[in-house]
Amino acid sequence: MNKSLLKKITSNQLFIPLLALFLLAIINLIVDPSFFKVTLGTNNEGNPVLSGYLITILDYGSELAILAIGMTLVTSASGGQDISVGATIAITGSAMLRVLCGSNTRPEQLAAPIIVAFLVACIVGMLCGAFNGALVSIFKIQPMIATLILFTAGRSIAAWINNNELPIVPDPKFKYFGGFIPGIPIPTTVFIVIICVIVTALILKFTNLGLYTQSVGINEKSSRLNGINPTMIKMLAFIFLGLCVAVASLIKVSRLATINYSVIAKDIEMDAILAVALGGNSLSGGKFNIWASVLGAYIIQFLTTTLYKFNVQSDALAAYKAVVVILLVVFSAPKVRESLSRLKTKKALKAVNKGETK
Amino acid sequence: MKKAIALTMASVVALSLAGCSSKETTKATTAAATTAAPTTTQAETTEASKETEATKTESSGLIKVGIINNDPNESGYRTANDADLKAMFTKENGYDASFAYSLKNDEQIQAAQTFIQNEVDYLLLSAADTAGWDTVLQDAQAAGVKVILFDRTIDADPSLYEASIVSDMKKEGQTAVDWLASQNLTEYNVIHIQGVMGSAAQQGRSGALDTKANAESNWTIVKQQTAEWNAEKAQQIVQSVIDSGASFNVIYAENDDMAKGAVAALDAAGISHGVGKDVIVMGFDCNKWALEELLAKNWNYDGQCNPFQASYIDSIIKDLEAGKAPAEKTIIMEEKGFDASTITQDDVNKYGIG
Repeated sequence: MNKSLLKKITSNQLFIPLLALFLLAIINLIVDPSFFKVTLGTNNEGNPVLSGYLITILDYGSELAILAIGMTLVTSASGGQDISVGATIAITGSAMLRVLCGSNTRPEQLAAPIIVAFLVACIVGMLCGAFNGALVSIFKIQPMIATLILFTAGRSIAAWINNNELPIVPDPKFKYFGGFIPGIPIPTTVFIVIICVIVTALILKFTNLGLYTQSVGINEKSSRLNGINPTMIKMLAFIFLGLCVAVASLIKVSRLATINYSVIAKDIEMDAILAVALGGNSLSGGKFNIWASVLGAYIIQFLTTTLYKFNVQSDALAAYKAVVVILLVVFSAPKVRESLSRLKTKKALKAVNKGETK
Repeated sequence: MKKAIALTMASVVALSLAGCSSKETTKATTAAATTAAPTTTQAETTEASKETEATKTESSGLIKVGIINNDPNESGYRTANDADLKAMFTKENGYDASFAYSLKNDEQIQAAQTFIQNEVDYLLLSAADTAGWDTVLQDAQAAGVKVILFDRTIDADPSLYEASIVSDMKKEGQTAVDWLASQNLTEYNVIHIQGVMGSAAQQGRSGALDTKANAESNWTIVKQQTAEWNAEKAQQIVQSVIDSGASFNVIYAENDDMAKGAVAALDAAGISHGVGKDVIVMGFDCNKWALEELLAKNWNYDGQCNPFQASYIDSIIKDLEAGKAPAEKTIIMEEKGFDASTITQDDVNKYGIG
């Protein structure tokens, strides 16, 4: 009875991410309990804000969490990953600034309302997604190769949109999205993530998109025979990721009210893929759990923040993440799982034998 | 048997797919490259041919110079550098100048050969790469073309060029640290945000601060981290220090972008910064927007990385024309450090880049 309960827990998809989160929390609690301290202060505009490591994790993990939602769907439907999300953030962010600032890089006033700029960015993001999706679903190119195109060209395109100039947004309201809304001490990014999660949950609940995506990912042929259009489903997944990218770029650009084409959201695609893997989702497509991926995104940020706290050089962060990847890959490999379970049965057998000889 | 056939078929299909996809990639990237950067080679050849025609018809009162530079779109620094050269080497100033731009060494070498064939008097060079210049510079010497290096040095025998005009990153760091020391704080608790580790700018700008912090007992480096010239990383690093509760009163960021990221973290945490405030903010490169922050007294100091080499080159050419060799082969430019309490709007207009 107890054993079956344990097995149920360990075989749950959320087990690995939750275990990782628990371990990180324990390490931090032992080394320095003040890690979990959250204080209420005021920022330089005189508004109340919460601060502390936990708030930092929730705040800076937001972009990754949003990207992880889209990346999970793409992974599930296509059995591959989109490595162009960082470059696409540069494109959508650049388009957003272009609309906000017009042709003047240092405007006194906004050339267009923020909502218009955001909608334009969404359209641009979805177009980029559709481009990737078309290559993958219609031309049947491997997702990683197809998205390599925007990965290489994206940042040049972003620079070209603004004639290689760096516009600076004058309106303080634009900073709310990556900062704080006056009077609300919780980072705005947290609300943006919650909205994204709710919208996604509603879509998955009231449409068959989730089911169809999984079935296409598991077996494309039989899904087609069952009347599902795999091309359409894959396209939708990539377009949805494009939308997530646009939302993430709003946060990224808003944090500093400007953009640097060559470094904005650098290497974020790898973190997004890692989030999906940490969530226990199969990277070769099929069944997925979006909430596990979102959890994975926050774990990555938890790890990053912890490492910063321990004064690990930031150019060495990638190495630590690599260790996590290695552990994940090794433990989820079928061969290791098999031998682990064999080890268990052997032990059990030995115990039984010992009991008999006594 | 059937299985084997199926396998080979599958692999053929896979191969052809891979072929398609790689073609797609190269096409897209070349397309992007051509749209993003103006087709430099074409522009340069047509420009060069135009210039040669012009000089053939004109009297030889002008000094002919061929200028090889990196792509002006590379950075704000390069744009300012190119504009400065263009403003100096004009007909009014007695020059007949042709320009060639490339970020690739081989294209630059090709341009140099064209200039030598066109019999320029001076070849001005900001090399994309340090190696591979010996042969072409020997050709230049044989043809009697004098070479002046600017902004970047090369690995070649010094006898092959007349002079090289460069920035001294160590001195930039020293100027900044001296300025900081002159603020006479009782205690210095510094957050040191470094550039990409190993780059010339990082080594020069870090070196001076490291030495000072080791020598003085009241200088402490609270945190030393590389943010790789990235504003977002700088923001996270400073956020981490704030979360830890450690106290600090100086932010020494090795470029303007990272200083901006650091300031964003300070703003969110309600820590005041600037002239007469809690935290001193220091940056480098003198971007226009950064100098504007100084003018608004939000930052305290910005160190220059001087892109304005044209006047130095001009005076060397004037000397050489008069028969005087430059006193030193390597000429280090004067680089200022701007203090927020003394900076003026004129400084912003004159020295701000981008």
